[in-house]
Amino acid sequence: MSVTYLEAIREAQAAALRNDPRVYIYGQDIGHHGGAFKATKDLARLFPGRVLDSPISEDAMVGSAVGAAIEGMRPVIEMQFADFSSVGFNQIVNQAATLYWRTGVPCPITIRLPSGGNPGSGPFHSQTLEAIYSHFPGLVVMTPATVEDAYSMLLEAIRLDDPVIYCEHKFLYNRLKADSLPEDSLPTGQARIARSGRDVTVVAYSAMVHEALAAANKLVQENIEAEVIDLRAVKPLDADTVLASLATTGRLLCVAEAWPWGGVNAEVIARVVAEGFEFLDAPPMRINSLDTPVPYNPKLWAAHKPSAELIAQKIRELLAW
Amino acid sequence: MLHTLKEPTREVVTPAFKEQYIKAFNWMILARTVEEKLANLWRAGKVAGGVYTGKGQEAVSVAIGMALKPGDLFGPAIRDQAGRLAFGEPLLDAVRTYLGSRLGPMRGRDGNVHRGRLREGTFAMISHLGSLVSVVAGALLARRMRGEQNVVGATSLGDGATSTGAFHEGLNLAAVEKLPLVVVVTNNQYAYSTPNGRQFACHDLVDRAIGYGVEGYAMDGTDVKECLEMVHHAVGRAREGNGPQLIVANCLRLSGHAEHDDASYVDPHLFASPLGRDCIDVARDYLLEQGWADAETVRQWREHAKAQVEEVALKAQRESGPDPADEDWCAYATRGFARLEASVS
Repeated sequence: MSVTYLEAIREAQAAALRNDPRVYIYGQDIGHHGGAFKATKDLARLFPGRVLDSPISEDAMVGSAVGAAIEGMRPVIEMQFADFSSVGFNQIVNQAATLYWRTGVPCPITIRLPSGGNPGSGPFHSQTLEAIYSHFPGLVVMTPATVEDAYSMLLEAIRLDDPVIYCEHKFLYNRLKADSLPEDSLPTGQARIARSGRDVTVVAYSAMVHEALAAANKLVQENIEAEVIDLRAVKPLDADTVLASLATTGRLLCVAEAWPWGGVNAEVIARVVAEGFEFLDAPPMRINSLDTPVPYNPKLWAAHKPSAELIAQKIRELLAW
Repeated sequence: MLHTLKEPTREVVTPAFKEQYIKAFNWMILARTVEEKLANLWRAGKVAGGVYTGKGQEAVSVAIGMALKPGDLFGPAIRDQAGRLAFGEPLLDAVRTYLGSRLGPMRGRDGNVHRGRLREGTFAMISHLGSLVSVVAGALLARRMRGEQNVVGATSLGDGATSTGAFHEGLNLAAVEKLPLVVVVTNNQYAYSTPNGRQFACHDLVDRAIGYGVEGYAMDGTDVKECLEMVHHAVGRAREGNGPQLIVANCLRLSGHAEHDDASYVDPHLFASPLGRDCIDVARDYLLEQGWADAETVRQWREHAKAQVEEVALKAQRESGPDPADEDWCAYATRGFARLEASVS
């Protein structure tokens, strides 16, 4: 038996619905249709009254989840695309994120953001918004890169007493497969060494972990051993694992599909420079998507985002410095 | 289906209603008195930020608080001191929150009208108008999922908030789910300085009820008798399973947007119009007219309100604010996350 990243997301929701009567799922077309990507396939039938179609109202979807959370529920909100969460931005960053600090009442909601680009998706179905949500105190931002994490982190997101922005990567939905679902996992706030290496530390998350791994595998023939760190969650950020790796490698490359300005890469580099300056043998480098909207044409799209080739090239530059 | 009741429906005044009316009047004068005190404290430099009063809107607000029962939900707006009191918020909460007391419900972390007791059903508004509509709707959805019957949620808004997307999305969602939500819009003619004519183009906001597929009512917000009857009726309709109710109360804001605002932009004719009547004066006249109270009784009620306000104001002023050194600077309920993010500073 094998399970895809998308199936893992569906299975995690099924498990949460099965095990916790406080859980319900709310989103557009997620009921009998099973969601635009089928992440809730059959769940409406299996859990009557707990997998509900919402109007096209991202603001009210999130607002209602906050109200339900105040009443002790654990809602899961599916945004049809991460891009549309900007319509619910106010409720996410002002209502949900501030609730616990202002009132002492926790806000255990999970907002699933189908994120990232696919060929042909264009400017408004391709965004990766983890940086903007990480900016706000009170939000947890998860960016799973593996089938195992897609499953276990979604379960953890639903269990946590804080609002979680769960960024699931659409490119990985059907491309990633695992043999089985995991029994346990690292906690949120702990990064994972996806590949060990002595020469350079590559920090990535979500789909970019796989680009970084492809680059690292290619560089073996040049006798370069890159260490790849999968952040898993970008907030809270596990800077300790990055610093520990740098103590060995002395060189840092950060890779993210998001835009460069004020992003996760910038945050990782700021912390490394502030807390691990003595480890650095070269200036930290980063690769982001280009600072334009995400293009539609597949050729433009492929050139817009970081690729294994670009990562390999930057690693060579880092080592030559 | 649109219901508009312009005339009071209750011809025969029952003793129970008389008792309600007197209670309402006392909450209204208590609300007015505490807000006057807060304004004085603000003028004396003792309140940080602004003071936002409900002067002229006490009748609408108190009617909401009195129509709800314990176990119901209330999402108040800026000018709901009277309704908060009637729904059970202690008088001390207002003063403590304005003074930023550590002992207030918001512990100095949020101020003025941004307060609530969520576990007791009063939600704490954020500044983004209209955004509590969906929150109260979601809380009602949760109650329904848990199989709880006989619960109503009410939320209060101004005319300006009806222009937001949040209002539209929230009311539409509640209508789709047929939730027992009562949305009370107090049209006080101005959103800060913006008059109705620059806020919406429909003839009357209550007409929007048709568009949302909810029951709608217009009422005279200066007449507490009509407010008590109408809101009671709408809350009853919601409780009986008739879905969301939209009430539009018409009155005039008798203060500035906040104490710093002299409201010189308000059309002076409005003050002389029926909209400009002070609901407390209207209620007092009705009490005297009905013989339910004489001038001396009203004076004693006012004195009693003043004494209560002075007592809580004195108490709250003696309390210390939070100490930044002792503050728990962690925005997460998951305690372990504090360590990870604290390293940033």
